[in-house]
Amino acid sequence: MLVLKNLTVSASNKVILKNLNFEFKKNKVYAIMGPNGSGKSTLAYAISGHPAYRLDKDAKIIFNKNDISALPPDKRAKQGVFLSFQTPLSLSGVTVFQLLRLALSGIKDPLIVKQEIDRLAKKLHIKEELLSRSLNDNASGGEKKKLELIQAVLLDPKFLIFDEIDTGVDIDALKAIAKFLDGFKKERTIVLITHYNRILKYIKPDRVLVMLGGRIVKEGDYRLAEFIEKNGYEKYRS
Amino acid sequence: MKNTDLNFEYKYGFSMPEKHVFKSRKGIDEDVVRQISSLKKEPSWMTAFRLKAYKVFRNKQMPVWGADLSKIDFNDIYYYIKPTEKQVNSWEDLPKEIKDTYDKIGVPEAEKKFLAGVSAQYESEVVYESIQKELTRQGVIFCDMDTGLRKYPEIVKKYFGTVISLYDNKFASLNSSVWSGGSFVYVPNGVKVTLPLQAYFRINAQNFGQFERTLIIAEEDSFVHYVEGCTAPIYTTSSLHAAVVEIIVKKNARVRYTTVQNWSKNVYNLVTKRSKVYENGVMEWVDCNIGSGVTMKYPSCYLVGDGARGEVLSIAYAGDSQHQDAGAKMIHLAPNTTSRIISKSISSKGGRTSYRGLVQVSPGAKNAKVYVTCDALIIDEKSRSDTYPDMRIKEKEVDIQHEATVEKLGEEKLFYLASRGINKTEAEGLLVNGFIDPVTKEIPLEYSIELNRLINLEMEGSVG
Repeated sequence: MLVLKNLTVSASNKVILKNLNFEFKKNKVYAIMGPNGSGKSTLAYAISGHPAYRLDKDAKIIFNKNDISALPPDKRAKQGVFLSFQTPLSLSGVTVFQLLRLALSGIKDPLIVKQEIDRLAKKLHIKEELLSRSLNDNASGGEKKKLELIQAVLLDPKFLIFDEIDTGVDIDALKAIAKFLDGFKKERTIVLITHYNRILKYIKPDRVLVMLGGRIVKEGDYRLAEFIEKNGYEKYRS
Repeated sequence: MKNTDLNFEYKYGFSMPEKHVFKSRKGIDEDVVRQISSLKKEPSWMTAFRLKAYKVFRNKQMPVWGADLSKIDFNDIYYYIKPTEKQVNSWEDLPKEIKDTYDKIGVPEAEKKFLAGVSAQYESEVVYESIQKELTRQGVIFCDMDTGLRKYPEIVKKYFGTVISLYDNKFASLNSSVWSGGSFVYVPNGVKVTLPLQAYFRINAQNFGQFERTLIIAEEDSFVHYVEGCTAPIYTTSSLHAAVVEIIVKKNARVRYTTVQNWSKNVYNLVTKRSKVYENGVMEWVDCNIGSGVTMKYPSCYLVGDGARGEVLSIAYAGDSQHQDAGAKMIHLAPNTTSRIISKSISSKGGRTSYRGLVQVSPGAKNAKVYVTCDALIIDEKSRSDTYPDMRIKEKEVDIQHEATVEKLGEEKLFYLASRGINKTEAEGLLVNGFIDPVTKEIPLEYSIELNRLINLEMEGSVG
């Protein structure tokens, strides 16, 4: 599905990711764990194509056999890459419907977009009133993450990264999100970036990656997450 | 977007062949002013008014505190053009070129929908006008100013020039001496006009200055919403648009005046708009400026009666080589008066926006409440925005709030939208439309859609 080759990435002339090589496969859920500053979010941004992150000339991101390393972020998104933000920005005067209508213009009928948003909002217990407000404006942590989830579903991507979808979310919202994701994972790749084991209790990852100092230092199955919860990252520090 | 959605050919300028019955010679002097008045067969008081105004215009200095007006050449302008012999009442009777012009703006289409009446101005005289029977039945007068003067001389004489005197400023003086066209609206006691009255304005003669004059009188307990939308074809030499709009809002009455201005970039848009608001009356200006090379416009409310309320909601967009110097004036002259100014400006491609506002609370205007918020959005490094707020508060028991923000279109917001598959141009359009949303949601839907499209269209050239 998505392959990282020699992925070295820098921002403001500082190298953050150091030569990552990995293949994410279809129909799998991955968890990327690691302490603050280990490069998890940078990896998410680099895959999505954030202009502040520069790839080394040998670095490649291959998505569905296409090299997307040089594509601008909107083109990557159109090919099926989705990023759910750690702290989604508020957009004044723009509703989730307006955003999605524009993102899906020529792909989905606006009326259907509207109906699907309403249906998902109900399923995720989002207040109707929130949908008519500026996106993410005065929304709680859980509400913001649910709005990210709605966008994910409507855009129908193939490769989804959720950057700390469990942060700032109460337990009920977390359960709802995890349950929802579990039902959504078929035919896709889901990458959960997280500090804790919390969300992994409700959605079981197929593979767990540990990142430290800009490198992937360990890979394992869901038991790796349990181990880290108990013992921390100390073992992997060199 | 589909081609049909974006039929904005006039953005690139088009013009129909001119077909005139009469055109005054270039330049202005007493004879030209007399000639205009005599051609219109005006009463002598109006001729005297025009001549007096002309003298004042001659002696007044150009305003030097705002935008650059040094390129205006008053001798290079036609002050009066009469396009057809007589006014016509139905669409079919209009000359073909005029119909074609209007087809491009879409007047008949718009009218089909829900217009209460259209008073469309072609060059300096209104040639097309249709008023729904309902208005007449209610006693509402909605016609062009020339007709108003002919048919209702007492009302016009009583109010004309009382809100904006012929001495007010150089361009108001000029308008007072050579005015032509514009709308006359009279709403009797207790009448609420439920559908907006709309007028389309258009300049279509090279070097022709348009000097329309609008007078709206809302008697006690009445309500009216007046909408003007302007478009203009592009010419190579400068045009001057110096309009005067006077509004009288009587006790408990409410008037809303909405403008969507999209003059071509060579137009100087120097407009004086003012209202006088009596006891518990409400005046709302919704003012959107997208076009023109230079705009200087500060809709004003003179709150003269106890409890009077004034509001200005404005949007200004300045692109390449444009300067939008716009704002509002709120003059509190009575107790318990309230005012609100919401100004949103966008500058891109080297354009410049200036917010210029005056709030004055006179001694004795106790419990006056003032709320001012002006937000500027700057799209790129080449563009500029300035704020000149002036507060003259001469009363202690008042409640004043003032906020100003300047925002740059951030890379993070653009990236957020890009990660949803939205390209930079679309994302900028979406964010700009969101930014002006508090104002656009106040204006009639067809105008807000057109406004959003126009701004998107202007923005499209801003990248790459």
